[in-house]
Amino acid sequence: MTLNSKIPSGDLNAKWETYKSTCKLVNPANKRHLDVIVIGTGLAGASAAASLGEMGYKVKTFCFQDSPRRAHSIAAQGGINAAKNYQNDGDSTYRLFYDTIKGGDYRAREANVHRLAEVSANIIDQCVAQGVPFAREYGGLLSNRSFGGVQVQRTFYAAGQTGQQLLIGAYQALERQVALGNVTQYSRHEMLEVVKIDGKARGIIARNLVTGELERHFGHAVLLCTGGYGNVFYLSTNAMGSNVTAAWKAHKKGAHFGNPCYTQIHPTCIPVSGDHQSKLTLMSESLRNDGRIWVPKAKGDDRKANDIPEEERDYYLERRYPAFGNLVPRDVASRAAKERCDAGYGVGASKQAVYLDYSSAIIRYGKSEANKLGINNPSDAQVKELGKGVVEAKYGNLFEMYEKITGENPYEVPMRIYPAVHYTMGGLWVDYELMTSVEGLYALGEANFSDHGANRLGASALMQGLADGYFVIPYTLGNYLADEIRTKAIPTDHEAFVEAEKSVNDRITKLLSIKGKESVESFHKRLGKIMWNKCGMARNEQGLKEAITEIQALRKEFWENVFVPGSADEYNPELDKAGRVADFLELGELMCIDALNRNESCGGHFREEYQTEEGEAMRQDDKYMYVAAWKYNGESNFELEKEDLNYDVVKPTQRSYK
Amino acid sequence: MEHYNMNLTLKVWRQRNSKDTGHFDTFQVKDISSEMSFLEMFDVLNEQLVSEGKEPIAFDHDCREGICGMCSMVIDGQPHGPWGQTTTCQLHMRHYKDGDTITVEPFRANAFPVIKDLVVDRTSFDRIIQAGGYISVNTGNAVDANSLPIEKHDADEAFAAAACIGCGACVAACPNASAMLFTSAKVSHLALLPQGDPERKTRVVNMVEQLDKEGFGGCTNIGACEAECPKGISIENIARLNREYVGAMLDGGSKNTI
Ligand SMILES: Cc1cc2nc3c(=O)[nH]c(=O)nc-3n(C[C@H](O)[C@H](O)[C@H](O)COP(=O)(O)OP(=O)(O)OC[C@H]3O[C@@H](n4cnc5c(N)ncnc54)[C@H](O)[C@@H]3O)c2cc1C
Ligand code: SF4
Ligand code: FES
Repeated sequence: MTLNSKIPSGDLNAKWETYKSTCKLVNPANKRHLDVIVIGTGLAGASAAASLGEMGYKVKTFCFQDSPRRAHSIAAQGGINAAKNYQNDGDSTYRLFYDTIKGGDYRAREANVHRLAEVSANIIDQCVAQGVPFAREYGGLLSNRSFGGVQVQRTFYAAGQTGQQLLIGAYQALERQVALGNVTQYSRHEMLEVVKIDGKARGIIARNLVTGELERHFGHAVLLCTGGYGNVFYLSTNAMGSNVTAAWKAHKKGAHFGNPCYTQIHPTCIPVSGDHQSKLTLMSESLRNDGRIWVPKAKGDDRKANDIPEEERDYYLERRYPAFGNLVPRDVASRAAKERCDAGYGVGASKQAVYLDYSSAIIRYGKSEANKLGINNPSDAQVKELGKGVVEAKYGNLFEMYEKITGENPYEVPMRIYPAVHYTMGGLWVDYELMTSVEGLYALGEANFSDHGANRLGASALMQGLADGYFVIPYTLGNYLADEIRTKAIPTDHEAFVEAEKSVNDRITKLLSIKGKESVESFHKRLGKIMWNKCGMARNEQGLKEAITEIQALRKEFWENVFVPGSADEYNPELDKAGRVADFLELGELMCIDALNRNESCGGHFREEYQTEEGEAMRQDDKYMYVAAWKYNGESNFELEKEDLNYDVVKPTQRSYK
Repeated sequence: MEHYNMNLTLKVWRQRNSKDTGHFDTFQVKDISSEMSFLEMFDVLNEQLVSEGKEPIAFDHDCREGICGMCSMVIDGQPHGPWGQTTTCQLHMRHYKDGDTITVEPFRANAFPVIKDLVVDRTSFDRIIQAGGYISVNTGNAVDANSLPIEKHDADEAFAAAACIGCGACVAACPNASAMLFTSAKVSHLALLPQGDPERKTRVVNMVEQLDKEGFGGCTNIGACEAECPKGISIENIARLNREYVGAMLDGGSKNTI
């Protein structure tokens, strides 16, 4: 066993406090001589880089977009959780911790999740101080809303653009450090290799995407904040450029990959409309606050939604889960939608959709608005108008987005939605200090396997990314770098840099020289189909075994028949994409291997062989209460190491939202 | 929604790099579904080019949800195309009909040099933010969030300004290639909040100075920026910036160190 999670001893409540007061520190004069490389400038990367810059480290940031502000975090809609208990509804650090552990189906580390809950409140304070314009009540105080899987209101938000506002806050803090000279920013740069010297991460090879030049950068430590890998499915709610390359290079250099099969399929996305589809669009979970989900009670009912009378509608979530209703966690809601569609009750042209209906919310809000305005006996039309106004103020941008994409007006007809790949709970294995199994190499944000176990609750990714970046890494990195103060910057003509650059160069040359017949895009689509059909919302042994063989064959075909136009010394997006798809073709196989290994259902990982009579996920705690951390030993050769999960405080039970 | 297929003629700007002079190329695309987004139509075109062994057209995009600000095409003379308050990536093909010809160019401005085809360099926007588009608060310095109540109206107005996605359509739309709308959105966002108050004078002066340095044109109140802005950023923000600026200058201008 080489994995040591380094969880501090002592009471759960005291672990982080004790850690902070006993970890090693680096004095200001020494910080100026320590180089830190931060790959990725989403919430995790931007917050980390800004904080480390403020502390006095010499920081370099990298991102593949043209500006840090464009990272995929910008697209987060619904909100960010924090245990502030501003609503006085019984929230607390413990409750946020408990909800997250339970929501993750008892597959996350208690100590990490507790720390997350502890720092959650500081995040909101920090963001408000930076000028993040969260939604407020008339009294001037912050507003909250509910999200799935919890019974308190702890989600802070800025309309349907929470990720944008949080990222702009972190981006501005980062740009301030750039202006002060503490951070050097490299945009349109892609990191393509980790450089290891004497077992420690000491730098990277990055490609300048504009000129095609390969660059060597030294760092005393390297932080990967490179986001999730949902795009292995081709269609997902992730931005087009989101990819696994940085994490995968790290994996091949010795970093274990944790729980790769844990994928979150989000229940409310705009359904696929045809083969041309390039991505899927999320309709925020916050819509389940007020919207009701239903399908017709009769199979194959072809009537228009508004022609189906109330008593002929099946509000299946409210029926199956009366306690949480439409606000059950994502994995539960997604499977329930799939179950209805597979059983023949789906709606729309493809029959792969269910309704998300706002009509009763519009009337409810309309009536209360009429009341507030003192209108007695308002007409139906008046109520509807007033109600629409309220809904627009809360969710206007989402409704608009829906209309732009589908051409239908969701204020008048229910939205059609279907689950889609959204988030990856799996990622690089990290210890309590966020260090991977390679010394000096860290992973933050969605890139690590982190705090969400087998299923992430809504509004928790933003919380985790910012917790990692603002409040965890500033301490844990110091604990490592304190022992590095005598390490002089290593010149980049060191043989490790030369070798790493050569391997990157060789691979680029190879990709360009195949000159086959099939486009990168086409390979990506084919991989996505295999993953979605066999390693998606429901998985089984036979399908996974087939998928592994199919992916291996597809990968072989890719390396024989892909066509990458253009050259290496220019701006060449096809070449960038080719490298990313090549890595997805390796990751996909590992995801299937992991899913096959895990003979249980938990959270987002649903193995059809393991379900209760009512179709709920059935865990096998006696056999699988562990983190599956995979070590790379060569192509198609992965070795499983287990990190056992111990629950000292929460007692795992069958998750129930009934 | 009824859907249909169409054949189109596309005139697209091609330019190898910033030194190349560039030219239009004409392409035919067939069987484009009215359900596709404008960029999915470009995906089809690019797949077609790749299958012919040719180089696809380079264009910027990422989120395809209208929020990252990466996409940036001038479509038939309009930045982000014909739909109001809509980014290029959210424009859908049901706007077009069979037989249409569409002309596509990059966002043009001296301060946005072309990198390739439809891709331009907008790092000047980062430098404008670096000049002062932030509140100086280090991690860990914050007080409890609710200890500072902010009037809902001000918070909402600050949010409306902060909704800018930094796309640069305002610059592309402006005959002077001015970046005033973008800059004023940030100045307003921070000036409307009490947290932004301590630095408001130096902020506006430094940001405007940077604007000039980057080679953006001056603002002559034409209003094309507001008309083309995909996020409905109001030109009122420019008036606020001017007030802030005049106020700061009357106060002796800025001698700002950050
Ligand atoms: C549509 C949508 C809505 C969401 N809404 C919510 C929500 O309401 N609440 C919530 O909590 N979560 C939400 N999430 C999840 C959340 O947004 C993400 O998990 C989170 O933002 C990830 O942040 P990150 O910093 O880890 O990575 P990202 O924001 O993905 O950033 C990755 C960074 O890494 C860079 N990068 C990647 N690879 C390389 C490389 N090889 N070289 C150089 N740079 C590289 C990129 O350029 C980018 O800067 C949502 C997700 C989606 C898709
Ligand atoms: S002001 Fe509008 S057009 Fe200009 S950068 Fe911002 S969002 Fe784009
Ligand atoms: S691609 Fe992100 S705004 Fe258009």
